[in-house]
Amino acid sequence: MTAQTPAAGRTGDLTRRSAADLAAALRAGEVTSVEVTQAHLDRIAAVDGAVHAFLHVSADDALATARDVDARRAAGEDLHPLAGVPIAVKDVVVTKGLPTTAGSKILEGWVPPYDATLVERLRAAGMPILGKTNMDEFAMGSSTEHSAYGNTHNPWDLDRIPGGSGGGSAAAVASFQAPLAIGTDTGGSIRQPGAVTGTVGVKPTYGGVSRYGLIALASSLDQAGPVTRTVLDSALLHEVIGGHDPRDSTSLTDPLPDLVAAARAGQGGDLTGVRVGIVDELNGEGYQEGVRARFDESIALLAAAGAEVVHVSCPHFDYALAAYYLILPSEASSNLAKFDGMRFGLRVVPTEGSITAERVMGATRGQGFGDEVKRRIILGTYALSAGYYDAYYGSAQKVRTLIQQDFAAAFEQVDVLVSPTAPTTAFRLGEKLDDPIAMYLNDIATIPANLAGIPGMSVPNGVSDDGLPVGFQILAPARADDRLYRVGAALEALLEKQWGGPLLDRAPELVAGHEPTHALQTEGTPR
Amino acid sequence: MSTISREEVARLAALARIDLTESELNRLAGELDVIVESVAKVSEIATADVPATSHPMPLTNVYREDVPTEPLPVQDVLAGAPAAAGGRFLVPQILEED
Repeated sequence: MTAQTPAAGRTGDLTRRSAADLAAALRAGEVTSVEVTQAHLDRIAAVDGAVHAFLHVSADDALATARDVDARRAAGEDLHPLAGVPIAVKDVVVTKGLPTTAGSKILEGWVPPYDATLVERLRAAGMPILGKTNMDEFAMGSSTEHSAYGNTHNPWDLDRIPGGSGGGSAAAVASFQAPLAIGTDTGGSIRQPGAVTGTVGVKPTYGGVSRYGLIALASSLDQAGPVTRTVLDSALLHEVIGGHDPRDSTSLTDPLPDLVAAARAGQGGDLTGVRVGIVDELNGEGYQEGVRARFDESIALLAAAGAEVVHVSCPHFDYALAAYYLILPSEASSNLAKFDGMRFGLRVVPTEGSITAERVMGATRGQGFGDEVKRRIILGTYALSAGYYDAYYGSAQKVRTLIQQDFAAAFEQVDVLVSPTAPTTAFRLGEKLDDPIAMYLNDIATIPANLAGIPGMSVPNGVSDDGLPVGFQILAPARADDRLYRVGAALEALLEKQWGGPLLDRAPELVAGHEPTHALQTEGTPR
Repeated sequence: MSTISREEVARLAALARIDLTESELNRLAGELDVIVESVAKVSEIATADVPATSHPMPLTNVYREDVPTEPLPVQDVLAGAPAAAGGRFLVPQILEED
């Protein structure tokens, strides 16, 4: 591998451009999709040894799509606006013909026979799929350290976590290995990685993007969404993957709001008449000083842009984390019952005693699942078991009602709610691995939105005292995702005007040709 | 005060069909105890008058036309199976013989 400065030459330029810019250049015939796709594959080859964002790189598949798009464009065909712009997909989303593991040994080597609906839509739009990104096993975690295939490293500091569970998607986009990525967010797995890597992440309204073909963690909380470097790029991607899907019975039938128009309107930086509510419960104690300072500065910018800023109280949010860690494990313990060694993935046959299906299931799940997955399945089994159901799962469902009522009352006063996305910047690899509660606290500001089904966005809003990025969270009522884009794009424009460019320009340059620490394939080394 | 004993974890693991090692049983008993203690606070505000919410969006049943479509080809489905024979999944013995 040649050591070459990634920013140099045409290749480097292409990887640093936004998806919107690439789409325009492709339409104008200035570049081909093969050139754009190859530039990103070269970048992956150069830096992913150090970052380990990808579990599988699908170069042949991506280039085949790129060639097809280029040929169709040359023939004068009317293509989707994002046709030819490559994308990375979180490994919890099934992709026909491409290995899909959800970060687990129990699915090692499994190749799905079908595409998730959102993947079908990416393919129909002519978007080359660069590969599958690393994640906490079955999306359980906030640091990607629970992947069975090794850690992903934060491009801002390789000794730190990239967030989780979608650390691979966020790190890939932050390190210019992909202009766009797909994430999934059950309690913050798109937004928190966005915050700690200086990227944009959006959790759409529950039901706004089809869950068909997502390997379910907690079905009443899961939602797929965009991971990008700009708010406009998120809007463009959201419009590709969003909208009703008859194969997902919880998919909303309402048409998507005009998200791209909202983002473009926001870029003007005028928020006159927009009512912004600061959630008092999601700020203060437990939030790093630099995180709070950047938050206050962003609030001042929004106010200067014409927004009416008020404080609102959501008193039951103090119980959100507790309710989440009962509801999620309960649903997960049921959803993960299908990984039993019978129909797909790993099968472990006991070496002694009778070989029955039941004993094979126990052995397969004992060996195939990692520590965090076992912890949550057992916790969920406990919360759902006879005698405890009412006290735990039943009570958590009532707290969910109270949190929804808090949001409903708050949205009577304001158009959007805001908070820091995560209480701290990226922590060091290994720092919280032995303390599940400390790990869970990372998602304290993102979880309420999942419990209520409302949309949320994280926008990079500076670096903390430690030089690491922080995120600004925007929440809107269900089905009003367009508000996120308007306010998010305005904040982004105001901040970039101050900074003189995107935040990621300040990230340290990764050394190309770094000695790979991980194999670029699914056959990684288990922890 | 310990609410989740090692024996309780073993019982739950059996229900969940997960074989755990001795050290896993011991570690999980301690960890689950801490987690359960911290999440038990939900009962403080979950009074009888509060309705439960199981799903974030108030959706009612969604119907569509019952149109026959092509299912996945059997060989594609079985391609990812640990074992298959005669167009079916091949699994270990399910019932004990008496």
